[in-house]
Amino acid sequence: MTYHFMLLPGMIMLFIFSIVPMFGVVMAFQKFIPAKGIFGSKWAGLSKFTYMFQLPDAKQIFINTLVIAVGKIALGLIVPIVFALLLNEVRLKVFKSTIQTIVYLPHFMSWVVLGTMLTMIFSFDGMVNNFLEFLGLERIMFLASNDWFRPLLIVTDTWKEFGYGTIVYLAALTAINPALYESAAMDGASRWKQTLNITLPGMFPTIILLGTLSLGNVLNAGFDQVFNLYNPLVYETGDIIDTFVYRMGLINMQYSFATAIGLMKSVISFVLIVISYRLASRYAGYRIF
Amino acid sequence: MIQSKSLGSRLSRLLIMFALILITFMSLAPIVNTIMVSVSSSTAVNAGRVYFFPVELNFSSYGQILNDTKFWKAFFISVERVVLGGAINMFLTILMAYPLSRSVTQFRSRNTYMWIIVFTMLFSGGIVPWYMVISKLGLINSIWALVLPGAVPVFNVILLMNFFKGIPKELEEAAFIDGASPLKILLKIFIPISMPSLATIMLFVIVGHWNNFFDGIILINDSSKIPLQTYLQQLSLTRDQMQNLSVEQLQQFNKISNTTLNSAKILVSMIPILMIYPFLQRYLIHGIVLGAVKE
Repeated sequence: MTYHFMLLPGMIMLFIFSIVPMFGVVMAFQKFIPAKGIFGSKWAGLSKFTYMFQLPDAKQIFINTLVIAVGKIALGLIVPIVFALLLNEVRLKVFKSTIQTIVYLPHFMSWVVLGTMLTMIFSFDGMVNNFLEFLGLERIMFLASNDWFRPLLIVTDTWKEFGYGTIVYLAALTAINPALYESAAMDGASRWKQTLNITLPGMFPTIILLGTLSLGNVLNAGFDQVFNLYNPLVYETGDIIDTFVYRMGLINMQYSFATAIGLMKSVISFVLIVISYRLASRYAGYRIF
Repeated sequence: MIQSKSLGSRLSRLLIMFALILITFMSLAPIVNTIMVSVSSSTAVNAGRVYFFPVELNFSSYGQILNDTKFWKAFFISVERVVLGGAINMFLTILMAYPLSRSVTQFRSRNTYMWIIVFTMLFSGGIVPWYMVISKLGLINSIWALVLPGAVPVFNVILLMNFFKGIPKELEEAAFIDGASPLKILLKIFIPISMPSLATIMLFVIVGHWNNFFDGIILINDSSKIPLQTYLQQLSLTRDQMQNLSVEQLQQFNKISNTTLNSAKILVSMIPILMIYPFLQRYLIHGIVLGAVKE
């Protein structure tokens, strides 16, 4: 009884702010008019969804989301692994922990702050472009170019998160039995050989696990980042589902249409997450609870 | 550990050190640059002469911030939000994680609750219904709109729950035999043992509240009530207003906005995070790894 009582306040909050809004998805099947409410608005069947599939923008936004998210997942998986391997070679404890403390830091800063910084650095007359000119290259409009905007999003996101991403790998590395290295060294294996044959295989389960779990994120291209870096010039390549839903729903007040797109994303994401957790529990023995 | 002393291995170790220092420098570069911009003269900044050293040292932007009432108003709304929201988050996280960490034999409805909670984490009704619920409750323009909708950080509940699960059963059983109630066991045994985990969660919660700008944009219309990150976001102009600007106009806009002052503002906004970060981050590895990845 005490247990139910302890859960009550939290469950009430979840009910009001998470579960009640779930019923709002019926708006996606209505011609929703705020003044009439959910119960008074007329039904519109699947018309919002068919409209979505006809809209050329919708296809583009779906592609953008997928490309950006997959790019982030791939680079965001590789860089922390390489970084953890490099850091593992350092014997000096102070040096190691100082580096870790510094590289985790960007993870804790908001995209508002980083967006402002990056806009400055990547602007036409900013630091990066000055450097490019110094090297004898052309200046690039990173934030207004449809060729460069996606790579910029992927690279800066990886930059922000790679330090934080190494935490789990470093933990996996400490779990490797030191005796393995000692016997390998006895047999004359170089550091490189040891990395290849002991360290990497030791990290492998963690790599597989994080790789599998990231599957659930292929439609999450990162609202905060895009929102703080994009502008109308790069909508073509940088507009993602979440930013589109925000503009349609809360700026243009197309409630039903925005909800329909959001619902579509939620359902696909939900299925992907369930699949990825299933895979993770089957092949990596991972359980969330 | 046996280390070979050959030239090749020394050289590779040197290369690795160099690579690590370079990467670390890259992590800090934008921040260092922003600091330097904030303490340089506007003319030097606009001429693109400021990199990693101040040019024409000038602290006037910080003086300007001191007198900026709007900035401080937003700053203290963020502080209020962190204190209030953080306290609610921590309270509810502990209160929920404990019963959920019990086994099904101890707490029969445990799995039912668990499914509901996980479901709310994975599926959402979307932003429009979410907004409507909050506005129907009359929370728009109040600090509660920033605090209550995220009152239960589900991810943290699961993190702490997994930590609680790892606590040896014997401790609890001994207390139970001595006649301690579940609440007493939580307060006297679980919470003191879980300090590293609680510190990690506290860091997440504080950073989360401090950094959130989006709910301020949509839930607070009164510009005297917006939190700091929302204020900063609006400094860099609402992007939807740039809809019809040409490339040249966009560049022009970047020029006239006061880069030095804005840099100083975002740096001041980082101070609270930088103050708590060193104290809480050392629990980070411990807290995350123990709570999140279970084998």
